Amino acid sequence: MSDCHSSPSTSVAGSPNGASSGHKTIALVGPPNAGKTTLFNRLTGLRQKVANYPGVTVEHHAGKLHSRTGATADLIDLPGIYSLEPRSEDERVTHDVLRGEMAGIPRPDAILLILDATNLSRHLVVAAPVLSLGLPTLVILNMADDLRERGGTLETAELSQRLGVPVVLASAAKGEGLEPVFEFLDGTLGVPPPAGSPFPILNNLPSMNDVPACRAWATRVSQGAWKAPLPSVWSRRLDAVFLHPLAGPLIFALVVVIVFQAIFTGATPLMDGVEGLIGNFGKWVATTLPESSWRDLLTEGVIAGVGGVVVFLPQILLLFLFIGILEDSGYLARAALIADRTMARFGLQGKSFIPLLSAYACAVPAIMATRTIENKRDRIATILIAPFMTCSARLPVYTLVIAAFIPERPLLGHLLGTRAAAMIGLYALGFLAALLTARALKSSVLRSDGTPFLLELPSYRWPTVRSLGLRLYDRAMVFLKRAGTIILACAIGLWIMAHLPLNHGKPPEIRDSLAGSIGRTVEPVIAPLGFNWKIGIGLITSLAAREVIVGTLGTIYGIESEEDTKGLTAALQKDLTPGGAVALLVFFAFAMQCMSTVAVVKRETGGWKWPVVQFSYMTGLAYVCAFAANRIVTAWLG
Amino acid sequence: MQISGNSRLAHRATLLDLAPGEEATLAELSLPEEIAHRLMILGFVPGSSVSYTRSAPGGDPRVYRVDGADVALRGETASHIHLERRM
Repeated sequence: MSDCHSSPSTSVAGSPNGASSGHKTIALVGPPNAGKTTLFNRLTGLRQKVANYPGVTVEHHAGKLHSRTGATADLIDLPGIYSLEPRSEDERVTHDVLRGEMAGIPRPDAILLILDATNLSRHLVVAAPVLSLGLPTLVILNMADDLRERGGTLETAELSQRLGVPVVLASAAKGEGLEPVFEFLDGTLGVPPPAGSPFPILNNLPSMNDVPACRAWATRVSQGAWKAPLPSVWSRRLDAVFLHPLAGPLIFALVVVIVFQAIFTGATPLMDGVEGLIGNFGKWVATTLPESSWRDLLTEGVIAGVGGVVVFLPQILLLFLFIGILEDSGYLARAALIADRTMARFGLQGKSFIPLLSAYACAVPAIMATRTIENKRDRIATILIAPFMTCSARLPVYTLVIAAFIPERPLLGHLLGTRAAAMIGLYALGFLAALLTARALKSSVLRSDGTPFLLELPSYRWPTVRSLGLRLYDRAMVFLKRAGTIILACAIGLWIMAHLPLNHGKPPEIRDSLAGSIGRTVEPVIAPLGFNWKIGIGLITSLAAREVIVGTLGTIYGIESEEDTKGLTAALQKDLTPGGAVALLVFFAFAMQCMSTVAVVKRETGGWKWPVVQFSYMTGLAYVCAFAANRIVTAWLG
Repeated sequence: MQISGNSRLAHRATLLDLAPGEEATLAELSLPEEIAHRLMILGFVPGSSVSYTRSAPGGDPRVYRVDGADVALRGETASHIHLERRM
C-alpha cells in the first residue's frame, strides 16, 4: 500500500562530477517478491513501502543515489514484472521506461536486475528480455541468507560468465553483499568499471514471446551453477495452519478482530497523550499572547482545527503497523486466497483483491494499483468500487462519532468491545456496498469474461523493524503534510468565514456568520438525515478530504464555547441525536468525500464520465442510506 | 496459445484430478492465449512437473507447486490444464 497521492518524485540534481556526461539514471528491475523495494530503500535511504505481495509497486518511484566518489544519479524503482511484454499497465510502465519511451524519464544508463536466489530458475526468465536491451547490467541475486539456510548454493562467477554480466549474491534485508553494487555504481557513474564488462552478450538470448524457450534457456543457464534450496519447511507448515479448512477462516476472523480492537484500545493512551499536549499548548498560547483576533485565529482556528485531526495520528500509525506486518510477512496473500471465493461470487476477479485491500489505506494508490488488471472492464469496475473500502481518512470521523455515541461494553471478554464491533461493522458496510456495486456493474454495463485468479504465494518472512519503521515514518509524513496543508487551509478559511461579516467592528454570532449562513442554506437538504447546520458546514469542507470534518467541528465548537471546551466528543453529543449520529457514520461510509480520489479516477479512466457517475452514485447512495438509518434508529429508540 | 491440437488429450486427466501431494507432468493448456501465456510465465510449461499442495478453505482456489514456487489458481482454470501422465 503506497503513499496517499504518491507521484513520481524525480529529484534531478546536477552531478558534482562535472567531467562525466551529465546526469545518470539507473533502473531497478525485477519480478514481484524479489526484494526490489527493500534494495531501493537500502541504496537511496528514501522512504518507500516494501510489500511482500505481487503487483503492488505500480507507480515508479525515484530516489537519489550517491556513489562513493560523490557522483549522484537517479534510481528508479520499476513495477515488478514477470516479463517485458506490455500486457498490463504496470508491465507497460516498466517496458516504456527501459526503452526510453516514457515521457519525462530519460532512458536508463544502467540496470540493476534483482532476482530471488532461492527461485533462480524461474526468475531468470525475466533476465532474458532485460539483458537483450543491451544496457550495462548488474544482476543482484537477493535472499542470500535464505538460500544458505535452506541448503542451496550458487556459483556467481560461473553464472556471470554464462550471462556475460557481473553477478552478485546479496541480502538486501540484512544489508550483506552490497559492496559490489556500489562498485558497479561507481563504474557506471564515471569511474573505470571493475573487472569484466557490464555489457551483456546478446547472442543466444531467447525471444520473450516463446515462453517455453525462455524457460529452457533459464534452466540451461542455472544448471550446474545453482543448487535449488529445499522448499521452505516453515512456509509449508504455516500454510497448513493458515489455509486449514477450519482453522484458516477462524484465524482470518481473529486477525480482523484483534487488529480493530487494538487500534481502538491500544491507541487510546497515545491519543490521550497527544490530545493533552495539544490542549496544554492551546492554553499556553491563550495565556501568553495578548488578546487579539490573531490569538483567536491561532487557538480556535489552527490549534482546535488542525489539532483535532492530529490527535488521530497514533491510531492511523497503528493501523499501518498492522497492515505492514500482514503484508511483509506474506499473510496477506493467504488472506487473498481465503477471500477469493467471496470475490468470485460477486463477479470480481482475484486480481481486484490487491487494489481493494490497499484501498483500506487510501483509495488513491488503490486506483493506481488497478493497472495490474489487464481486462479494461474489470479494471473500471474495480476503480468504481475502491472508494467504498474504508480508507484511513474515515478513521477519525468514525472514532469520534463512535466514542461519542456508543458506550464501551465487552462483547467477547477483553477480546472485543462494542466500539470495536461498531468499527468492524462500518468496515463491513463499506465492503458490502463495494461487492453489491460490483455485482450490479458486472451483470450490466461492465460484463466481461474476466481473467482468472493467478497468484504466486510468497514465502513467509519476518517483517523487519527497518521496513516497518520506514513505512510508519512515511505514513506519519503524509498525514502531517495533509494536516499542514489541506486541513490547515480549511481551518483558517473556515475561521475567517465564521467571523465575517463584521457587525459594528465585532464578529457576528457564528450562526449569523458567512459560514453559518452557508450551513443554514444546506440545512433543509440535510435535516431529514438528522444533521443541523454545523454538520452541514462539516459536510461541505469535508468534500476536500473526509477528515477535514473533524477539524471543522473542532473550529466551530472552539469559537462557540466561551471558556475551555469540554472536548469535541461532549460538544457532538449535544448536537446530534443517536439517529443523526448513525446517519453520519453511514453517510461517511458511502459518500465520495475526497477530491484526490475524483482527480485520480479522472486521470486513470481518461475523462470526466466515470468520476461524475461515481461521485453522483456514491453521494446519492450515501444520502438515501443515511436518511433510512436516521429514520430506523429514531423509530427504534422511540 | 493452444499448444498441440491432439483431440485425444481432451480426455486426459487435468490438474483437478491430482490428490494432495501427487505429482504429474503438464501436457497442454486448453486456455485462451492470454491466460496460457501468464500461466507459462508462472511455470506451467508443458513438459514440466507440477504437484498439488492444498486448497484454500472451501476447496477453491487451489495451490500448485511448480518450479519451486506455490501458485494459486481457481478450479475453473485448473480444469483446463491437462496432464501427460501420473508419476
